[in-house]
Amino acid sequence: MVQYITARLDASFAALSDATRRGVLEQLGRADASITDLADKFHMTLTGMKKHVGVLEQAGLVTTQKVGRVRTCRLGLRPLEEEAAWIEQRRQLWAARFDALDQVVDDMKRREKVDE
Amino acid sequence: MNSRTTVERTSERELVATRTFDGPARIVFEAWTKPELIMRWWAPKSFGISFLSCETDARTGGAYRFVFGHAASEQPMAFFGRYIEVTPPSRLVWTNEEDEDGAVTTVTFQENGGKTLVVVHDLYPSKEALDGAIASGSTGGWPEQFEQLDDLLVAQGC
Repeated sequence: MVQYITARLDASFAALSDATRRGVLEQLGRADASITDLADKFHMTLTGMKKHVGVLEQAGLVTTQKVGRVRTCRLGLRPLEEEAAWIEQRRQLWAARFDALDQVVDDMKRREKVDE
Repeated sequence: MNSRTTVERTSERELVATRTFDGPARIVFEAWTKPELIMRWWAPKSFGISFLSCETDARTGGAYRFVFGHAASEQPMAFFGRYIEVTPPSRLVWTNEEDEDGAVTTVTFQENGGKTLVVVHDLYPSKEALDGAIASGSTGGWPEQFEQLDDLLVAQGC
């Protein structure tokens, strides 16, 4: 769990270390935009902007969705992915608890037998 | 393994965890209500969490308070609330009051052939409350409730 958080923070800080990418986040904070819009706004080639958006996407700061021929970018994780990751964390927590509870139940059963 | 743990979001406001235990409901229920037993399993070591104290007044209307330490934090976290229903050995309902968007947790114990199916059902006050828990969920399912050492701990000399 801690490793997961650390890896995510590393990716986030790496993504934020670049002025253009910070600008893109600021821009997307105002409104969703296509990669073409962003490339125009930051006077870059499409390929260059795609790379920046890719880094932001990897860090979970931006999500993109292709509709027809246009790829739209917006802030944030895809909600479903975020939810799935969270539920998996919960499952791991409960699984760890329940493994320990198995042991407690076993001990209690054994003690009852001795007392009988 | 037949003792697999499942966790599912069953509606906009509900989260359900299940597991079957190899023992009668009477015993499993006891392990959910007695502090000395809860302390042996509720805070998994693999999550870096350890109990500082555990108090339960497992009666309808009674209070509970769990205080944990975490390797990654100097401040302990407290989980507390009230038991709304305590029906041994089949049903336990409590509130989670460390957070105003806290869920109401209902745990049922269904015995069948010497085994007990445990269902942990969290009902959040709204869709937004559960969505919010998910959005801030990087703590691995623990509410981000880090509290100052409180009077309780001071009183216990921890």
